[in-house]
Amino acid sequence: MKPPPFRYHAPRTLEEALDVLAADPSAKVLAGGQSLVPLLNMRLAAPSALVDINRVAGLDVLRVRDDGVRVGALARHARVERSAEAGAVQPLLRLALRHVAHPVIRNRGTVVGSLAHADPAAELPAVLALVGGTVEVASAAGRRTVRADAFFRGPLEPALEPGDLAVSAFFPALPPRTGAAFAETSRRHGDYALAGAAATVALDRDLRVTSARAAYLGVAATPLVLDLTGAAGPAGDWAAASAHVLERVEPEADIHASADYRRHLTGVLTARVLRAAAAGALRDLRKAEGC
Amino acid sequence: MLEEPHDIALTVNGVHRTARAPARRLLSDLLRHDLGLTGTHVGCEHGVCGCCTVLLDGDPVRSCLLFAVTAAGHEVTTVEGLAAPDGTPSPVQRAFRECHGLQCGFCTPGFLCTVTALLRETPRPTEDQVLEGISGNLCRCTGYQNIVKSVRRAAELAAADGAATDEGTA
Repeated sequence: MKPPPFRYHAPRTLEEALDVLAADPSAKVLAGGQSLVPLLNMRLAAPSALVDINRVAGLDVLRVRDDGVRVGALARHARVERSAEAGAVQPLLRLALRHVAHPVIRNRGTVVGSLAHADPAAELPAVLALVGGTVEVASAAGRRTVRADAFFRGPLEPALEPGDLAVSAFFPALPPRTGAAFAETSRRHGDYALAGAAATVALDRDLRVTSARAAYLGVAATPLVLDLTGAAGPAGDWAAASAHVLERVEPEADIHASADYRRHLTGVLTARVLRAAAAGALRDLRKAEGC
Repeated sequence: MLEEPHDIALTVNGVHRTARAPARRLLSDLLRHDLGLTGTHVGCEHGVCGCCTVLLDGDPVRSCLLFAVTAAGHEVTTVEGLAAPDGTPSPVQRAFRECHGLQCGFCTPGFLCTVTALLRETPRPTEDQVLEGISGNLCRCTGYQNIVKSVRRAAELAAADGAATDEGTA
């Protein structure tokens, strides 16, 4: 179908964008549009106005530093995915982005837009939640930094008020001696995942597990983060960690999968990502020791 | 709501084009209805089928998920712009013809644009890269086998064209 009518604003500066958003509480922000435009085309959304931020100067930043990766509101998935520097500092970005829709969608869709859409089946919210990232939010009234655990309030419900614009997100660097992994199961490659998991595992010099954490998509209303360090123990008992997770998740059934199947997948994916993340940590340790 | 028309100027297949359309005009519809370029096909209109894929500043994008006003000032290449100026089909177009990479042809413009960009970025793709590259385009006729063959053949033809050009300029 065709989108319903809306007023269109194409601000050139952030200030102008924030003024327009402040003046119209039901205006929506248009960045990559890969989630918003389908909603408009299917008439599931009918905002009074769209504020197209594609021409706003300064929002297309991708800044990689030792402490993490800052992704601006106009940085497309494809650009972040292809950045070797970003991948070196926070590998989960690249690992997860490969699963976001199809390459052509990633040419247009944005990382921050995906976070602001807050779809519980999406990959990037789970990554931001797992690594303890933040979203920088601007409005005409000022700026604030929102932690991931406070940003995802509910399905499609980010902590953004009328007049707010998510200007960037910060993904902290993967700490030393830590590995990361991402896996998901979908009916067809590129579809929304039935369930997915991201994990980080840290080892000490004696190869004991000092941290094992996982975040899940598609199995809860918001990204679910579980600390599995205790369940896995210092030796990294991934089967025990999986069993622990099975007791913690309460996935919902839908047309694509039953709740039981989603729970089963969560267990399988948990063991898979923890094992892969531990292998990554081991590689990191060996490299640091130069052997 | 009275819809305010917008003046939209963009470059399509190397030609400066203008149109006057409401903000909600999708790029796919602007190309087809306002500019008469009906080579771009519209299948699902929510970004799933890939039929409407065009190149925006060289990168493949869904023209049904892009407003024409957003594309203003940018360069768009549609299937009509893939052949050489004298009408000689591009290597990708020749390969699809040669390998029967199409049957009804509805999905073909999207595949041609997607594959053109894929081979520009990855001139010698692996099997996995081919499958990943075309994973966002649906075809209901061919079963994809001949499309995959076409992509591989297009890579060969493009390499041969490149070699011929290199010789010509040496």
